[in-house]
Amino acid sequence: MSEYTDQAPNGATIGIVEKQFFTFAAPPNGMALESGATLGPVTIAYETCGTLNADKTNAVLVLHALSGDSHMAGFYKPENGKASNAKPGWWDIMVGPGKGIDTNKYFVICSNILGSCMGSTGPAAIDPETGKEYAINFPMITIADMVKAQKELMDHLGIKKILSVIGGSVGGMQVLEWCVRYPDMVVSAVPLATTCRHSALAIAFNEVARQSIMADPNWNNGDYYGKRKPDMGLAIARMIGHITYLSDESMRLKFGRKLQNKSALSFEFGAEFQVESYLQYQGNKFIERFDANCFLYITKAADYFDLAREYGNDSLVKAFSLCKAKFLVVSYSSDWLYPTYQSKEMVTAMKKNGLDVSFCEIDAQWGHDAFLLPDLRLDNLITGFLRSAAHDALTI
Amino acid sequence: MMPLRYDLKIIASWIAPGARILELGCGEGDLLDWLKREKQVIERGIEIKESKVVKCIERGLSVLQGDINEEIQDYPDNAFDYAICSQTLQQVYAPSELIRSMLRVAKMGVVSFPNFGHIKIRTQLAATGKAPVTKELPYSWHDTPNIRVLSLDDFKEFADQAGFKILKKAAIHTKGDQGKMVTILPNLFATYGIF
Repeated sequence: MSEYTDQAPNGATIGIVEKQFFTFAAPPNGMALESGATLGPVTIAYETCGTLNADKTNAVLVLHALSGDSHMAGFYKPENGKASNAKPGWWDIMVGPGKGIDTNKYFVICSNILGSCMGSTGPAAIDPETGKEYAINFPMITIADMVKAQKELMDHLGIKKILSVIGGSVGGMQVLEWCVRYPDMVVSAVPLATTCRHSALAIAFNEVARQSIMADPNWNNGDYYGKRKPDMGLAIARMIGHITYLSDESMRLKFGRKLQNKSALSFEFGAEFQVESYLQYQGNKFIERFDANCFLYITKAADYFDLAREYGNDSLVKAFSLCKAKFLVVSYSSDWLYPTYQSKEMVTAMKKNGLDVSFCEIDAQWGHDAFLLPDLRLDNLITGFLRSAAHDALTI
Repeated sequence: MMPLRYDLKIIASWIAPGARILELGCGEGDLLDWLKREKQVIERGIEIKESKVVKCIERGLSVLQGDINEEIQDYPDNAFDYAICSQTLQQVYAPSELIRSMLRVAKMGVVSFPNFGHIKIRTQLAATGKAPVTKELPYSWHDTPNIRVLSLDDFKEFADQAGFKILKKAAIHTKGDQGKMVTILPNLFATYGIF
């Protein structure tokens, strides 16, 4: 997914937010992972917006995508009294007072996924046993492991029922995992622009991205902390990612064959076309904030995710038979990473199980990334769906 | 809340409180919304147009975007008490298959359609020799979504031949949200039929 989105046109914001940390699974027990390995202690970074009501029934859990973080909305307190010109959280257009996920009504939580480098335990964190970064000694993690860590956080916050779990892309995979793994905790769920399992196309792009990191000599088999980092490999990996987040149509509209700062071809290998310049910019911006090993682990977790295999003996219908949540599934017409047919597959499986499901394919030209862009249709869908889920939760 | 259109009021009056409802081609969800509030039904809708689906979900209704002929296939047998297809049957390519699907997923089906046997249509065709254009069927022959033209008597004959048992019927004449039942020569004087 793209880095950040623009601010809400009306300027409404949750204001100052603070990153918090929760640590659990202290050794010797640790946290049991799907791979059979154990990990501990585990720290999860998280942020909250809004107020949890007395009976703890208004919690909404937002799940971020591949390279996101817990900073979904608002701003961090400016350091040392300096005026902050920082950008707001990655979903500030959706989460805030009077917005799609209304912080006047709901207590909204977003945590950084296990395996990431934005405050939660991951390959770039220090292994207490060695005093050094885990690097590739970090155990392989799965989407289910990320969700199990989020469940620990919910227990810590005293939340027994989540009004809605909402997330796009890899965040949407976590939404689906939540619904199947903890059906009694999830009242409603909104998987956006996501899939029950990666297609060969999606795995292929991830593999090329991983290979570009591992082919960078600075990667050094994952051992690069305190040394030169595999910046080139990570930047190229991000460039590949960005191609998959756009679409033929959005690239045509955004760049076409326009040249960057010049009017004629220069017959050399610099970035000449705007699309080249855009990808290089995205790649360079990414290396400032993301860790290459984390990228390897999280993309692998996304590739491994397969709801049908994990829970249904290869049957998606069987997998969804475990769910109880009410669903709103949303896809985007120009998303070629997780095309609409993949959303429809999950909708079909939900219907066959008699689950309460709404589905909308939003007609948008911006590819996979569309769920992060301002769109009144998505705001309205989520507002109405949450209101109805809250109403159902009261009457059941 | 907007008053319910007259033909939808008739359909709503046939629905038992608390029933499970599937509406095919539910538009912006007027009928489902009314039934949910007034009769506490469990509602599901299918609508093809994105903007209308957004409207429905915004209202808090459970609605799927898609083609009614395809989307109805996924539901288990007898998942609903009623399957409703209001003013859409005349746009369906294979109506008997659709009704058969409706009766598979629901105990009862409700269909309504504009009556092509209405006197205005008959006289227009007779007088002008051109395809009739009326308030109920306002399109020209070349841009109409209504690919099937049928009268109340056509439907009765069709139901009989296809083996669909008609449990209830209403012939109505409507004006906005107002309307009345037509009891005398319904196939000539009713603008809509509901079965």
